Amino acid sequence: MNVKVLFIWVLLSGPAFAQGFAGLGTEASGFARPERGQVLSFPKDHGAHPDYRIEWWYLTANLKGEDGRDYGVQWTLFRSALAPDAGQGWAAPQIWMGHAGLTTPDRHFVAERLARGGVGQAGVTAAPFRAWVDDWQMAGATLDDLRLTANGTDFAYDLGLKADGPLVLQGDGGYSVKSASGQASFYYSQPFYTVDGVLDLPDGPVRVSGNAWLDREWSSQPLDETQRGWDWVSLHLEGGVRMMGFQLRQTDGGAYTSGTWIMPDGTAEPFGDGVLTMTPLKTAKVNGRDVPVQWRVELPGRGVDVTLGALNNAAWMDTLFPYWEGPVGISGSHTGHGYLEMTGYD
Amino acid sequence: MLLSVQGVAKAFASGGAHVRVFSDVSFDLGAGETVALTGESGSGKSTLLHICAGLDASDSGRIMLCEQDIAGLSDGDRAQLRRDKVGLVFQQFNLIPSLSVMANLSFQARLAGREDQDWTRALADRLGLSALLSRYPEQLSGGQQQRVAIGRALAARPPLLLADEPTGNLDETTGDGVMDLLQELVAETGAGLLMVTHSERLAGRLQRRLHLSGGGLV
Amino acid sequence: MYRAALSALLSHWWRHPLQLGSLLLGLALATALWSGVQAINGQARQSYDQAARMLGQDRLEQLVPKDGQRFSQDVYIALRQAGWLVSPVIEGAWQQGDVRVRLIGIDPVTAPSDVAPDGVTGAGDLRPFITPPGQGFAAPDTISMLRGVTGLPPLSPSEGLAPGVVLMDIGIAQTLLGVPGEISRLVVVPEQPFRQAPLESVAPLLTKSAPGGQADIARLTDSFHLNLTAFGFLSFAVGLFIVHSAIGLAFEQRRPMLRTLRAVGVPLNVLTVLLAGEVVLFALVAGLVGMGLGYLIAATLLPDVAATLSGLYGADVPGSLSLRPSWWIGGMAIAVLGAAVAAGQSLWRLRRLPLLAPAQPRAWARASARGLRRQVFLAAALAVLALAVAIWGRGLVAGFVLLGAMLMAAALALPAILALLLGGAERVSKGALALWFWADTRQQLPGLSLALMALMLALAANVGVGTMVASFRLTFTGWLDQRLASELYVNAQDEAEAARLRSFLEPRADAVLPIWSVSAPVQGAPGTIYGIADHATYRENWPLLSHAPGVWDAVAAGQAALVNEQLSRRAGLSNGDMLRLPDGTEMTIAGVYSDYGNPQGQVIIAVDELTAMFPDVPRLRHAVRIAPEKAPDLTRALIEEFGLSPDNVRDQAAIKSFSLGVFEQTFTVTAALNVLTMGVAGFAMLTSLLTLSTMRLPQLAPVWALGLTRARLARLELFRALMLAGLTMCAALPVGLLLAWALLSVVNVAAFGWQLPMHTFPADWLRLGLLALLAGGLAALWPAVRLARTSPTDLLKVFAHER
Repeated sequence: MNVKVLFIWVLLSGPAFAQGFAGLGTEASGFARPERGQVLSFPKDHGAHPDYRIEWWYLTANLKGEDGRDYGVQWTLFRSALAPDAGQGWAAPQIWMGHAGLTTPDRHFVAERLARGGVGQAGVTAAPFRAWVDDWQMAGATLDDLRLTANGTDFAYDLGLKADGPLVLQGDGGYSVKSASGQASFYYSQPFYTVDGVLDLPDGPVRVSGNAWLDREWSSQPLDETQRGWDWVSLHLEGGVRMMGFQLRQTDGGAYTSGTWIMPDGTAEPFGDGVLTMTPLKTAKVNGRDVPVQWRVELPGRGVDVTLGALNNAAWMDTLFPYWEGPVGISGSHTGHGYLEMTGYD
Repeated sequence: MLLSVQGVAKAFASGGAHVRVFSDVSFDLGAGETVALTGESGSGKSTLLHICAGLDASDSGRIMLCEQDIAGLSDGDRAQLRRDKVGLVFQQFNLIPSLSVMANLSFQARLAGREDQDWTRALADRLGLSALLSRYPEQLSGGQQQRVAIGRALAARPPLLLADEPTGNLDETTGDGVMDLLQELVAETGAGLLMVTHSERLAGRLQRRLHLSGGGLV
Repeated sequence: MYRAALSALLSHWWRHPLQLGSLLLGLALATALWSGVQAINGQARQSYDQAARMLGQDRLEQLVPKDGQRFSQDVYIALRQAGWLVSPVIEGAWQQGDVRVRLIGIDPVTAPSDVAPDGVTGAGDLRPFITPPGQGFAAPDTISMLRGVTGLPPLSPSEGLAPGVVLMDIGIAQTLLGVPGEISRLVVVPEQPFRQAPLESVAPLLTKSAPGGQADIARLTDSFHLNLTAFGFLSFAVGLFIVHSAIGLAFEQRRPMLRTLRAVGVPLNVLTVLLAGEVVLFALVAGLVGMGLGYLIAATLLPDVAATLSGLYGADVPGSLSLRPSWWIGGMAIAVLGAAVAAGQSLWRLRRLPLLAPAQPRAWARASARGLRRQVFLAAALAVLALAVAIWGRGLVAGFVLLGAMLMAAALALPAILALLLGGAERVSKGALALWFWADTRQQLPGLSLALMALMLALAANVGVGTMVASFRLTFTGWLDQRLASELYVNAQDEAEAARLRSFLEPRADAVLPIWSVSAPVQGAPGTIYGIADHATYRENWPLLSHAPGVWDAVAAGQAALVNEQLSRRAGLSNGDMLRLPDGTEMTIAGVYSDYGNPQGQVIIAVDELTAMFPDVPRLRHAVRIAPEKAPDLTRALIEEFGLSPDNVRDQAAIKSFSLGVFEQTFTVTAALNVLTMGVAGFAMLTSLLTLSTMRLPQLAPVWALGLTRARLARLELFRALMLAGLTMCAALPVGLLLAWALLSVVNVAAFGWQLPMHTFPADWLRLGLLALLAGGLAALWPAVRLARTSPTDLLKVFAHER
């Protein structure tokens, strides 16, 4: 059986693939829906929420090697529920998908793992925290002190993460609106990790250190049916400020934008639709698609007018649902580094 | 010259010994000429006839049939020469048992690609075979069979007819009747005839006579 | 020119339709038997291939348990977490009533791409597949077989699946098989990651198995298919004898025509091409008819073959036939090839035929005398080859070479032997008529020898196979009596019922003997290990072929094991050797027992050893000893009082008849092919006599003229045929017995792993001899009647034509 075909069954129970990236725009009957005002509670909410249709643990890291080169690392665990009902063992309708990426200035490594829930092959426990699929894991006594591993056919990494700041709730106390018509998800981040570890590359191991950013998000229908994909950035700016921003591109050419300004002490200020602007400056041919690899990002209220440039244009995640995810450098009004994710460029 | 035989010799190997049949045989046969070839049993007259037909090969000498030397021809070319230029009548009729009288009559003409149905029917009429056309050889008497064989030989109007004891298998009366027909038809078609016979009487009916004896023509 | 010459050549056949018929029918029959067997073999092999390709077994490595038992899926999780990309598979038999299927459960999420057959990825989505009741995929035949069966998930058709297999999600299959949390094996994904823990440290009980390592069925059944092929080939050879004789006779009869054709100007090459074209044309027509007949034969025999394969080897082959283009091409090719072989000699003779050969009525006979000498030399060479193979040959192929060489040697020598006998009779005969009769028979021999050789092959094969089957049946029946000594055999549904059953039977029976077994690899091949209790039943009855002193005490003490003959032969193990068991322990072999009808190796150890070695062994089956007269009452009590399902109680007689049924089925196909071959040989005899009879008038007419009535001549002709058939039978008998010996002592040992004592059955020979006489008599009857009715004018014509 072709796994890809199966996964298309999984996520495309809607009428057509046109329903937003990865079928995220389709109807979600029977699943729980995020409600404004619901207070997130930790460490419980670090764990899985099987009554929601889709959920992820998403870590990106900007690293510098002892060899002086820049590196980027991505580690993601997706959970997708086929049905809202809970089954036991093999009958559990939960599918897990792990993505690992490692970007160097001239190479980009990708690995992907798929697993059934219910038999112990993949899952997430809140305390002690452990998110795993096969031999990949992100685990530690608490979310503030994690060990991150992944393993592909031609690369592996093993990183230690330590948080030196608090969790940041995105949107309205973790309730993040994704469209004008009110689609929303629960969304919080831990943007304050410092990283220390080793990348295993075909040429040999490289000791690295840098910053990492963890995003946690779960929902049942985060995209509006008219939204085709998104461009999302997480930026570590000079001086310890972090910034998250995204735009959801609409079929009519417009976009719904949102973001958060995060002070070095963790104080967060969300900004709503229309405040942030993201403009593609240059595209590159990546895997046969035209993908913007240089962006102008403006947040006038904070005096931000920066240009983001990809460390490696070829940071294409050639996975079941392909997308672009890679480290970027920042120049202009501010300097620094960050991660850029772009979906729906088909 | 229709048939020109020059210095032909033939020998057989028999039990290790080399038995000479004849040597240095030469004669000519012109268009429309009828010649009898006589000789005792074993004198080689049938062999000589077969060599003239290209059915057998001579050891030496030249045989020009319709200005063509048959010694140097391949099996295929000799077969073509027989189809086109020669009619053969055998002592044992040699009809094709599985073909009807009509099919046997027209057989060689069809092989040569010169079938003339009117002529074949006229021949059948002349040979007294008209009522027997749909029969098979085994249903005919010997005289009837030989008449079919003569018809087959002449159906393609060959310039040369070679006959080997055509009446040898027939009683005298029947044989004479067959002989009459043969001579009439040869005269009508203007073909040359070389006929092997051991009968002085039959030999006497032809224009010329060659006698093979003691390994040569006398 | 071509058309005129061709029409002359073909006109012969219209004037001799019988000859044409025998040529076409002979070729059609030869093609039919050959292609029928090929269709059966092809169908079976296709099924094995399908089974082997399932889940990519033919190209992917697997991790399999060293002891052949199922293992916990925790091992799977541990391997995944150690960096091993593997996908779990659960397999097992599922039965409801008489319907039995193999369930295969897979995990679609981790399975490598494209491992499942086409069609499985068709419609629907993952959720109904993995959540109860699940979704099953099976071949259309399997689905129709399962119509009305409840308990399985809804089924969808998938052409690519092997027959008798239902594919579903692993979780659903575990539940249906009653083995939650267990898996059978792991498929290794081709691309493995950078970092991986060694297999021994994560899953020490598993071992890597190379791609294709599971295709045991194909290996096991090879012998069976080789058997069929050999019979198909024998029939083909017999059919070719007919074709050869028909073409040869037609050539002889057309010899004057060929000469005339050349005299009137058809070149030799054209004639050769035309004759060859004629043969090809006939081959194509007869080939098509033969393929049709072959299909019928295959379709008729396939259900029996399928039943045999599943009964004997547990191989699933569908009972219906699907034909592939390769089969058609192969069948037509063999028809053309066969015709070419049969016509080769005639065409060669045509090339050498002197244009002006004098009429030679006995030329053929003289040429055949030279042929006879060549044939005797060839026969002698083949006999030497057979002897050499018998002495030094090993294995199944050698066995069949032996059979083939022996049969061909005997067939080739037959005409010479008959000629010798007839010559002797001629010398000692007194009267003129007798002298003429023997001389004339001898002169006819060349024309009849091909048919007689065909008859001889068929008779020898019949004697040989008949003796083998009957010997086997006799041995097998006696063996069953020993092996099935207990009065009742009971089967429990589950462990709880089994425990209750044991306590129910304890006070009511003389003894309750466990029949517990596990399937486990033994000496590197799939096998079964049985545990038995120490009881007189075994000591007194078990069919030991050889044993060490105190064998049963040693087994009961857990010190020794018994192995079946197959394992003993295959692994070269005998008494006193050490046997390595799956758990790594070694035991002395104290005895070897006969175990007919089982292709696998088998080991018997004490039941306590078995349960220690395999704690999870199902403890469900038991043999019950009780006074035979009390057995029916106990059966009734088991069903009515205890509530055991009637399906789960079997008395000795029922099991015996079932076993004999399986046995008989094994030889159904052999018997059918045997009868067909015999029919073909009888037909060869008929056509030869018929064609000869038309050529025989010149030989008979003088005898008639000298004062024998036509009726008397006809009777003599009939007697001649009967005598020749009888002589052929006499010659076939020793050959058949040699064949039986080779089958029992060489082929059976190589193919199945058991040797059988040979028994002789003279009554069967008598019956077969009568059958041979009947075939010869019937074949001669028509020509004889025709002779008796030949009008005197026809006979007189002979004189007219012959001068």
